[in-house]
Amino acid sequence: MAEQSTITFIITRQDNPESAPYEETFHVPYRKNMNVISGLMEIRQNPVNAKGEKTAPVYWDMSCLEEVCGACSMVINGTARQSCATLVDQLEQPIRLEPMSTFPVVRDLIVDRERMFDALKQVKAWIPIDGTYDLGPGPRMPEKKRQWAYELSKCMSCGVCLEACPNVNDKSNFIGPAALSQARLFNAHPTGEMNASERLNGLMEDGGIDGCSNAQNCVQVCPKGIPLTTSIAAMNRATNIQAFKNFFGSDNAH
Amino acid sequence: MAEHREFFSRRLHSLLGVIPIGVFLVQHLVVNHFAVYGEESFNKAAGFMAGLPFVIVLEIFVIYLPILFHAVLGVYIVFVAKNNTRKYGYFRNWMFYLQRFTGIITLVFIAWHVWETRIQIGLGNEELNYSLMEGILTNPIMFWFYLIGVLSTVFHFANGLWSFMVSWGITQSPKSQKIATNATVLVFLVVSYIGVRTLIQFAYGV
Ligand code: HEM
Ligand code: SF4
Ligand code: FES
Repeated sequence: MAEQSTITFIITRQDNPESAPYEETFHVPYRKNMNVISGLMEIRQNPVNAKGEKTAPVYWDMSCLEEVCGACSMVINGTARQSCATLVDQLEQPIRLEPMSTFPVVRDLIVDRERMFDALKQVKAWIPIDGTYDLGPGPRMPEKKRQWAYELSKCMSCGVCLEACPNVNDKSNFIGPAALSQARLFNAHPTGEMNASERLNGLMEDGGIDGCSNAQNCVQVCPKGIPLTTSIAAMNRATNIQAFKNFFGSDNAH
Repeated sequence: MAEHREFFSRRLHSLLGVIPIGVFLVQHLVVNHFAVYGEESFNKAAGFMAGLPFVIVLEIFVIYLPILFHAVLGVYIVFVAKNNTRKYGYFRNWMFYLQRFTGIITLVFIAWHVWETRIQIGLGNEELNYSLMEGILTNPIMFWFYLIGVLSTVFHFANGLWSFMVSWGITQSPKSQKIATNATVLVFLVVSYIGVRTLIQFAYGV
């Protein structure tokens, strides 16, 4: 493959959120060590398709270019992943690029991942520290706990786990694996723990944790290697206990 | 509680799959296995079960209502999934798919089986005894239908036990989930043996 002088992209395009998708083929000059984004940049410089017609440049999203922001996720040769971290030399030709199917398409390869941010709101994936006076330093976190919590904190809301999950689709309201794991992350934090029940109650709302049926694709596909299924099982246990406390009453139900 | 209705329904669905439906399933197959010890043994055991006090109340609350709830919500759960084993061919994804597939087969099988046995007995058209099942299962087509039905139901139960343990947060670590997989395979094999052995007895008298 390294000897090849051009590479071929077959890109699923869509002009606007309402219009029908279509495919367009592009030939791009090959360089050593290209990633998928550098191929897309070539197309942007010279937006001419394989038939030699001038066309609108292909739109895609990106920011960090080092697999930490998640913005550039797309389906590459059938697998959802980050286009910045996917090397052309490791791909079969032609390279097929599609937008992730779980999210509404904005244009070409750009999708709207707002539902992931709504999901983070549903489970209150943050630590409230605002007050009318200085609350002082929070409690310390045991180092061992910090180590596994750090792994969970690597989530970049890229959406790959939602794309792979058979229960995340337009027929179901399931919020997907990422937010479930984030609830665990913030509940593990010594300050975040003070609002643990609010996150657990968020997980129990419609579309919450009960939407998981353990297909466990998420943990296989997460580019950050987040132990999503461990998080989900942990949150299953925690929400069940919270549900009992809510129902029967408990001084620790807050 | 009201605002967590979906969560509550799904947890109830999960619980009912094991208690009482799963317990009933194992009990049902074990009692039927008396057939292997002879016609008289079977008639005695089945007669004992049918003669339990308040049997109709037991049937309604331990069997019919739980299965009805589990099946109705189950069909809905099947409907809202978009299976993707072709793209993501991982073992657990296949189990997820088979859980749904066997759920539907099990529904068809149970409906037929209940119609042919319990309802006919209730209507007074048939009597609960060895020859009722012998009559059904000596027909090779029905034997295969029952074989598939029993294996499908047992698979659904065994794999359901695995996901039950996750849904209730019992098995959390990957290691415990792996061991649970092996344990539920064993459950599948053992309970299948009990069920299939009985079918062979009715069909071939051996
Ligand atoms: C003898 C009858 C049945 C037994 C013993 C049984 C048992 C179970 C068990 C133990 C589970 C696991 C619950 C969990 O994941 O926590 C389950 C799940 C399930 N059952 Fe059944 N079931 C039976 C009949 C049915 C029927 C008739 C249907 C209808 C299609 C059905 C559909 C489902 C579905 C879709 C799930 C997956 C739920 C999920 O993963 O969230 N089941 N069943
Ligand atoms: S959990 Fe992994 S796959 Fe899912 S959004 Fe976060 S980084 Fe992406
Ligand atoms: S551009 Fe940030 S992950 Fe690819």
